[in-house]
Amino acid sequence: MGRKYDVLVIGGGNAALCAAISARRSGASVLVLEGAPKFYRGGNTRHTRNMRCAHDAATEILTGPYTEEEFWEDLLRVTGGQTDEELARHMIRESKDILNWIVEQGVRWQPSLGGTLSLGRTNSFFLGGGRAMLNALYLTAEQLGVEVEYDAEVTDLVIEDGMFLAARVKRSINGETEIRATSLVAAAGGFEANIEWLKQYWGEAADNFLIRGTPYNRGSILKMLLARGVQEVGDPKQCHAVAIDARAPKFDGGIITRHDSVVFGIVVNKHAQRFYDEGEDIWPKRYAIWGRLVAAQPDQIAYIIFDSTVVTSFMPTLFPPIAGQTVAELASKLELDPAALEKTVTEFNAAVRPGTFDHTILDDCRTEGVTPPKTHWARRIETPPFLAYPVRPGITFTYLGTRVTKEARMLMQDGKPSANMFAAGEIMAGNVLGKGYAAGIGMTIGSVFGRIAGREAAKHARNQNS
Amino acid sequence: MHGTRILDEADRLMTVCNSCRYCEGLCAVFPAMEMRRAFSDGDLNYLANLCHSCGACYVDCQFSPPHEFNVNVPKTLSVARAESYAAYAWPRALSGTFARNGLVISIIAALSMAAFILGFAALNDHSVLFGVHTGPGAFYELMPHNAMAALFSAALLYAILALVMSVRAFWRDIGDPIGRADCGSIFQAMRDAGELRYLHGGGVGCYNEDDRPTDRRKLYHHLTFYGFLLCFAATSVATLYHYLLGREAPYPWWDLPVVLGTLGGIGLIVGPVGLFVAKMQRDPELLDEGRYGMDLGFIAMLFLTGLTGMALLILRETAAMGPLLALHLGAVFALFITMPYGKFVHGIYRFVALVRYAQERRGEAGS
Repeated sequence: MGRKYDVLVIGGGNAALCAAISARRSGASVLVLEGAPKFYRGGNTRHTRNMRCAHDAATEILTGPYTEEEFWEDLLRVTGGQTDEELARHMIRESKDILNWIVEQGVRWQPSLGGTLSLGRTNSFFLGGGRAMLNALYLTAEQLGVEVEYDAEVTDLVIEDGMFLAARVKRSINGETEIRATSLVAAAGGFEANIEWLKQYWGEAADNFLIRGTPYNRGSILKMLLARGVQEVGDPKQCHAVAIDARAPKFDGGIITRHDSVVFGIVVNKHAQRFYDEGEDIWPKRYAIWGRLVAAQPDQIAYIIFDSTVVTSFMPTLFPPIAGQTVAELASKLELDPAALEKTVTEFNAAVRPGTFDHTILDDCRTEGVTPPKTHWARRIETPPFLAYPVRPGITFTYLGTRVTKEARMLMQDGKPSANMFAAGEIMAGNVLGKGYAAGIGMTIGSVFGRIAGREAAKHARNQNS
Repeated sequence: MHGTRILDEADRLMTVCNSCRYCEGLCAVFPAMEMRRAFSDGDLNYLANLCHSCGACYVDCQFSPPHEFNVNVPKTLSVARAESYAAYAWPRALSGTFARNGLVISIIAALSMAAFILGFAALNDHSVLFGVHTGPGAFYELMPHNAMAALFSAALLYAILALVMSVRAFWRDIGDPIGRADCGSIFQAMRDAGELRYLHGGGVGCYNEDDRPTDRRKLYHHLTFYGFLLCFAATSVATLYHYLLGREAPYPWWDLPVVLGTLGGIGLIVGPVGLFVAKMQRDPELLDEGRYGMDLGFIAMLFLTGLTGMALLILRETAAMGPLLALHLGAVFALFITMPYGKFVHGIYRFVALVRYAQERRGEAGS
């Protein structure tokens, strides 16, 4: 049996690295176990691009203030009140300092990306994206003396009465060994890449889900913790899911498979029927509901239908749109019933009222006499070629997690706090996100609770050692 | 699709990158890409020449290999860039052979030229070659000044003509139909090129053997480039001395041509060695290995020019002066005539691409 570490961090993303750095800066010896190979290190962080932090004034990269209160109201709205207010407000308060702290760890900011969602005031973007952010955190962690192992799969946790003792680790070369540590930080993500687990809640429909992140987010640590008496939080069916191109790979398609064109057209299911108001609210506030909407349709597939007049209104896409000179021709290429799609488009076009189009505000272009209505940005689809993107639910991350306190300490099923187990990131996101999503909030949860978890884990180890 | 396999691949990558855009803060390539939704051959050649191969977008990319999207922008643009030199070279017939055999051709050219000068001198008078010559005009005992000037002016003029023809073709392909560059854009491009603004990985340095960024390549490139400019200045000043003031080389160590040449010579020795070592150590994933010959040929010629020049300065009062002068002139001659077909053009094309970029940015800001 080898040395005993002060803090063992399981996971390798934003939350894990913030925890490792913060624990190390508090004087602890730290080992990070990342289950993925080095290239895929960092789980979903690889695919992120920004973080939502409160701030009282504009900065070099943020166009205006975003107060704690406004952040709280946004969170309240997207979750429909399904959040732990004390924890959430604590996170929002701490997020202000994260803007500076994360820079001290080598991460660089830039203004919001061109042609993307209008987040310039609320969200800080990572220069070079999420993998650049991760590279900076790993470099800093290693310079501080944090030890990192890749391809290190944790196969079991030894926990007695809410007290972590050791982790069993399977490595590609040395076989299985046991690693002891005084404190544990679990920052190993959710279970979105575990299709079998998703099927427990979604049934066969989960076979048609695409997973936007790495195939390594299998939720094995979450499962072990819940099985060892840690209290569960969040609805297992809730997740951050968006509509992504149906031609995307099963795993790890990332940001480039998403579609921002819903508000410029209509969305139909495999029976060529519309099923939701495509113009309900401006896109940055609505993009996160379309994954679940498509998941509820037969065979979990839908088609965004638009015409040639709007092609340049949204960002260029990885996969080109499928085109037809007539609506019927487009339908047959999509393997939809041509007559049904023609009828849907004709009825929609007939219902469009005249108005002045402006996609940046809730404009007055709407339909009348069609169900469901399109309440804004409704314009006739009539200029060939007619175009379509097939979309499927793209699961970004899951909300089922471990319940924690403000100190990021796990709570056991009997309501008592664990002596030495902490959690950060997606594995405890459900404490803050009961449902819904606001861009960049996953990274806020990761950095804020990662930093807290590392500090508290180091503090516990220090008290034990002295 | 495009004319070549590499342009097809560059098009595929720019389509991937344009739907991601995470790298737009790293350099000029991605903002230029974002101004387009589709890419012509000229667009891709323009983007390829804007790329300084700092490697940051490769290290930062979530889709780089082994990911199935296989996004390797630095390597792809590096190959496309080298092919663009060949595509625009004038006359076209000379481009391909050089790209494949750059180092060998440069060295053969340098040695043949040195041999020619040696032979020329030996034919005239054996004692000249290995004699000790000092004082003004010592160099010209080997070869008369006017013969030297005529030979090298011809080589340089040819190089300039070939370069102008190539750049014209490049600019036509990448420029907008109006086609004229304004002074502001040219000035901006001079600043961007002069400080190697985009060889900086978005601010931390470039990526070489691993994922720790450093500024070494930028430093060595500065030494090489400014060393080259100083040597060029030394030669120009000496030419003015010769024709305007009637003062003949060699000049004393404290005189302007020698001071400029010495500083430049040191840059031309240290810089190319540093660049060579950096190239050898660099992650092969980032390199266009097929073009080693062309790159090394250029680095070697610059190094030899610096080395023989410095050796000549130190040993100019000994019997080694004759052969060293011949070697030095051979190296410079080879550098001149291979300029339009070798790695030298990277500076010209990149500068032109930077002018185009500055122009596009101004157009965007104005609209």
